[in-house]
Amino acid sequence: MHSTRSVIIFGIVMCAIVAFILAGMYNFLKPIHDSNEAAYNKKAILSAVADHIDGDFKALTEPQIQDIFTNQIKQVVIDTDGEEYDVAAVESMGYVGGMAENVDMAKEAKKDEEDKVLPVFIFTKADGKKYYILHTRGKGLWDAIWGNIAFEEDLNTIAGVSFDHITETPGLGAEIKDNVAWARQFIGKKIYDEDGQFKSVYVRKGGAKNDVYEVDGISGATITADGVTEMLKRGLRYYEPFIKSVKG
Amino acid sequence: MAETAVVVKEKAAPIKFGKKEKKLLTDPLNDNNPITVQVLGICSALAVTTGMKNAFVMAIAVIFVCIGSNVITSMLRNVIPSQVRMIVQLVIIATLVTVVELTLKAVSFESYKALSVFIGLIITNCIIMGRLEAFASANRPWESFLDGLGNGVGYGLILLIVAFFRELLGSGSLFGFKIIGATSEYLINTQESWLFGWYANNNLMVLFPSAMFVIGIVIWVHRAWNPSLVDVS
Repeated sequence: MHSTRSVIIFGIVMCAIVAFILAGMYNFLKPIHDSNEAAYNKKAILSAVADHIDGDFKALTEPQIQDIFTNQIKQVVIDTDGEEYDVAAVESMGYVGGMAENVDMAKEAKKDEEDKVLPVFIFTKADGKKYYILHTRGKGLWDAIWGNIAFEEDLNTIAGVSFDHITETPGLGAEIKDNVAWARQFIGKKIYDEDGQFKSVYVRKGGAKNDVYEVDGISGATITADGVTEMLKRGLRYYEPFIKSVKG
Repeated sequence: MAETAVVVKEKAAPIKFGKKEKKLLTDPLNDNNPITVQVLGICSALAVTTGMKNAFVMAIAVIFVCIGSNVITSMLRNVIPSQVRMIVQLVIIATLVTVVELTLKAVSFESYKALSVFIGLIITNCIIMGRLEAFASANRPWESFLDGLGNGVGYGLILLIVAFFRELLGSGSLFGFKIIGATSEYLINTQESWLFGWYANNNLMVLFPSAMFVIGIVIWVHRAWNPSLVDVS
């Protein structure tokens, strides 16, 4: 048996060594993690319009994605009044290069509505058709979830979505990302009704009851699915002034 | 005094690879396999076996953590206070798992995303904690190394066998290489082949329940092939 004192000393020394190793490793690898994550997020943004990109989307390499980003995507940062921010103003908020791709949505989510800035990615297809990719962030069951929602030129019909999450349960909540068939349901749905009223898209538990404004829920993932509904309704609302200004 | 005596004894026994050491390495592959005989680590075996690539990455990660924690625990076995030994073992495992997680995030971000929480859950893999308690805390580093390697490989082997059937029958591919399916991208195009026109990939194999079936069948086959395992309870 060890004395209580030696146990405590052992504990402190062990924690110090472990903390030192892990903190050092984390800091050493941070730049690589960040660049990997940025590349991953770019692919996630593009996957919302994957149907409209030539070739096998899954097989796209990092340089090819970068290529599409520079040549086919126009990045705009707007505020919740729909006004476009200029690059210098966005850069002064701490977002590198003033680019929409560098806007930290986790940080923006905490701001008051009037202070928020929102990224918009305008993708031009090879045939000249335009798609608007809007970003929205909300809460799942355990942690944040977010989505890239691509719209047709009318900014009403959804052309594709890609959702992601920090740590939803695999097989249940994580289906919002993993279940391609579920995400494809969103294609063709509309967020405005015929009178121009904002409706958003509802993820209905037990199955969609409306062809245009609802999609099926996910069994066992009601809270995550409700999170998606809430996130779309609130997140897309922020873009309303922008949508109106584009439509004219 | 006691500690010096142990050190002297360890020096007297050199690192060797005899019959006993070989058994340490091969036992977990067959007679004492962590998954099919001890039925440990099933949760991750169900979750990460949809594709060979994920299973392979997971196997490497578990082998690394298993060897690392075994060797470290074994080296510290005379220093670790017995009252808190399980907490210490847990810290060692958690540290190694975090190292794996950080490395994987830097080396292959896609695998890191695909394996999601299951890398972190290696911490709760009973195989590892079990080896530390049952073996490494009472044996020398060299034997512990072999035991960790054996158990890690024993786990990884079953993972790869299960993933082989699930990916081949479910997605028609192996390691992402498309083998059989209904488009021209696949090696065997079921729409054109006269021999495989009837064949369709089974979606159930991609879902979790199929892993249960496949592991069950693997256990059955294993016991049929090695009758000495039958009725071990």
